[in-house]
Amino acid sequence: MSDSTRSSSNSAYSSAAAMPAGDIAAGVRGGTLRATDVLEQHLLRIREHEGEVHAFNLVLADHARANAAQIDADVAAGIDPGPLAGVPIALKDNMCTRGIPTTCSSKILQGWKPPYDATVVTKLAAAGAVLVGKTNLDEFAMGSSTENSAFGPTRNPLDLSRVPGGSSGGSAAAVAAGFATVSLGSDTGGSIRQPAALCGVVGVKPTYGYVSRYGLVAFASSLDQIGPFTGNVRDAALLMDVIGGHDAMDSTSIPEPQPSLLEAIEHGVEGLRVGRITDLPQGADPDVAEQLERAFDALQAAGAEIVDVQVPAFGYGLTAYYLIAPSEASSNLARYDGVRYGLRVDAPDTNTMYSATREAGFGEEVQRRIMLGTYALSAGYYDAYYGKALKVRRLIADDFDKAYTRADVLLTPTAPSVAFEFGSKGDDPLAMYLCDVYTIPTNLAGHPAMSVPFGTGQFGLPVGVQILAGTLGEPRMFRAAAALERAAQAATNNPQESAA
Amino acid sequence: MSEVYTAGPATGDEILIDGYELVVGLEVHVELATATKLFSASANRFGDEPNTNIDPVTLGLPGALPVLNRHAVELAMRIGTALNCTIQPGTFHRKNYFYPDMPKAYQISQYDQPLNIDGYLALPGGKRVGVERAHLEEDTGKSTHLGGTGGRIHGSTHSLIDFNRAGVPLVEIVSRPDIRTTEQARQYVTELRGVLLAVGASDAKMEEGSMRCDANVSVHKPGEPYGTRCEIKNVNSIRSLGKAIEYEARRQIDMITNGETVRQETRHWDENDGRTHTLRVKEDADDYRYFLEPDLVPLAPSAEWIQAVRDSMPMLPGARRSRIAEATGVAADSEAAMVVVERGQDDYVLAVAAAGGDASRALIHVKEAFADEGTTPPVPPADLAALTNLETSGAVTATQAKAILAEIVTNGGGDAAAIAKTKGFEAMDTSALEAMVDQVIADNAGAWAKYCAGEDKAMGALVGAAMKASQGKADGKLVTALLQARRA
Repeated sequence: MSDSTRSSSNSAYSSAAAMPAGDIAAGVRGGTLRATDVLEQHLLRIREHEGEVHAFNLVLADHARANAAQIDADVAAGIDPGPLAGVPIALKDNMCTRGIPTTCSSKILQGWKPPYDATVVTKLAAAGAVLVGKTNLDEFAMGSSTENSAFGPTRNPLDLSRVPGGSSGGSAAAVAAGFATVSLGSDTGGSIRQPAALCGVVGVKPTYGYVSRYGLVAFASSLDQIGPFTGNVRDAALLMDVIGGHDAMDSTSIPEPQPSLLEAIEHGVEGLRVGRITDLPQGADPDVAEQLERAFDALQAAGAEIVDVQVPAFGYGLTAYYLIAPSEASSNLARYDGVRYGLRVDAPDTNTMYSATREAGFGEEVQRRIMLGTYALSAGYYDAYYGKALKVRRLIADDFDKAYTRADVLLTPTAPSVAFEFGSKGDDPLAMYLCDVYTIPTNLAGHPAMSVPFGTGQFGLPVGVQILAGTLGEPRMFRAAAALERAAQAATNNPQESAA
Repeated sequence: MSEVYTAGPATGDEILIDGYELVVGLEVHVELATATKLFSASANRFGDEPNTNIDPVTLGLPGALPVLNRHAVELAMRIGTALNCTIQPGTFHRKNYFYPDMPKAYQISQYDQPLNIDGYLALPGGKRVGVERAHLEEDTGKSTHLGGTGGRIHGSTHSLIDFNRAGVPLVEIVSRPDIRTTEQARQYVTELRGVLLAVGASDAKMEEGSMRCDANVSVHKPGEPYGTRCEIKNVNSIRSLGKAIEYEARRQIDMITNGETVRQETRHWDENDGRTHTLRVKEDADDYRYFLEPDLVPLAPSAEWIQAVRDSMPMLPGARRSRIAEATGVAADSEAAMVVVERGQDDYVLAVAAAGGDASRALIHVKEAFADEGTTPPVPPADLAALTNLETSGAVTATQAKAILAEIVTNGGGDAAAIAKTKGFEAMDTSALEAMVDQVIADNAGAWAKYCAGEDKAMGALVGAAMKASQGKADGKLVTALLQARRA
């Protein structure tokens, strides 16, 4: 399994299961490819490998077949299904799908079927994408390994003994395994970028407000953002152009229209100022650090200018995050009380019913974060914890803003290490939290960042390089990403040259 | 709202109860008259089938997000403007607590940056009650507890929840502790209701719960710091408000005089036994863990919007009463001015005056004859004007005028002079009246003697006799004046 998957994502594709989304859509729209055939190839891969990977909470084969058939019928009738025509897509199971269970990989939402679609779901359908399933995640997106799912962990398709990262591990694995051409995840502190890095795919956390959160089950509302997983940078740009844009249903959605990222990636990186954070927290493994250096070299070779910048508050991100995110979560998750939907554990009185339901419905990590957040917001502790964390958040944003006067984008590792083995951090929440040390500050600042696969590290596993930009800096971030991808492909095709 | 009570300046209107001064602050919640809810498109309508005006936002379903209703903000700004508040940029917070009719387990409310701050409401007598803030928030669902007694949750076997009310826009108007008597408390709520109706912000019906009132009550000796306050909830009418405050003040004074200490607590007014009962003590109060609502952006009304609201303000009840007072000569807080303005008939009174009529006679006729009419009584102002002129000229008496007006009302208009003629109403001329008064004195010597001896009550019998002798044609006021002149 792992060999075939890796070769499919790194070499010329031989089947639609590894074909870029852009090519599938072009083929389906042009009548040279049938959405039904594309779908069946993906469903075949799911049948063959889902048992060992467990990327999905729910595979929607019948639903997808009906959808694909409709798209083919539309094309035959001269109706354009849209820019994602026939593209199989998987959704992290914390995005609402009308009439289809949405679980957040939690027992607490047992049996709940949303009566409405998330805005991204509506947009994907309007663009002709075919929903193949809902993917596994760390319960309520709290975790960095997808080990915290109530329905069991997802395995990394590249090495089944290792985690896919998290919390959007199922969405990353689904793309890496060829179960879906693209997928959506959500990123609160790195939950798209870190699993993208660990699974060797592209993952994007857009500027806060770039993509509507309507219908995304909230973890930490001021940090959550939906973004794509794709096999290449161009597909990520395509997805971003489809799911981005203002939504009247999300008050925090950015009102201004955004420039097309598909157009942005046509431009190179000549003159782009790429920042190296000289005071970045240490802790990345040597193999990861080495690939980051090669990434700087590659961008410089492509015409970018490398500049040194400082972001002194970067290192405080982790602590601030673990006060702010749990605080918001403690409030967001208070609604799961057994009164109206989901799990209810009956008890003689309301308060006992609440606690029995919540104790049975939430996993250990979710309960830990609810407790942390409730404490941090409590009278007498607010100023010392939540209040102070907000000040640190402001400081981080200010430091980034200063850095972005000198640099257009910044480069860091996405995660400190390549994919780790199951259980290796499971007993130590702090070790797990450190997985997000490079990704968290972006969320606190509300900025965009993305992970691009760049070379391999230990055990031949992929390394992700993170590109960061200021608010609405997606166009320059994608330009850098496209340049890195070109360099990575050149190195794969001609190892001698890259080693020189 | 938590407030720190400190002794305020004496306002000269204190009424002491056993040497204690009453201090009251009121928190009034009003449901805004918007078409839809504060954060969603569901209808804001009272009395519909339960759980029909709901949607993912109202039910707090996972993934649903609030979007602020612009009309609700506008109505809140109208309230703030009418209450002389400063309108400032506001933010929304989450107030976290568990209750089955709170679908998100938090209420979105305004905390440290309310939309309206630092205003006042002038009572009819002129006293100003400070308004600390008037902020926007969402209402909760409505629980009906079954199987217990009195509809209370305690002892009930199950509860039904109607989420139609959840998310209905509310403005909470928090007064300063400037109220010193139960009468002022009643006046404050009555006047506030008039203002809310005038600006079109709410239908303000206490019986339907679209206006709800909590009272913070404390007592202290003048010159000493304010006493510990108790918050009284479940006051469902203006009448109960007075009774609840009175009861609570008495309870606190009795405790203090018995050497006990008043605990800060929330108390429930029980309409049936006319008492307040402990609901929860301060130590048991929820920690609401307020924090900035991350799903909403700050609310910052533009200067243009604030000005547009100001420009669209109607004349408020206080100003309308002053206008009537000026036109008629009655006091602005007289019953006639209050009643006619409350019914919205003041414009009509002024129209009668504008048609050449006597404003003060018009005021009295409108107050007495048009209690059941709307803002536009069914009589052309010119016809009522003609009637008032007949009165002031002495051509008809007040009693006759009433009869003429009744006929005008029946016919939807009419010429007062012509009706007076057909009814045979003609005022007695002065000499005839004087002769008649002398005859009455002669015929009622006993009453006259008593009256002359200083028994003013005897006047009634004499005037009555005169009215009878004249078959109602005599002007009572004139008769009185003549009798007084003869005694002097």
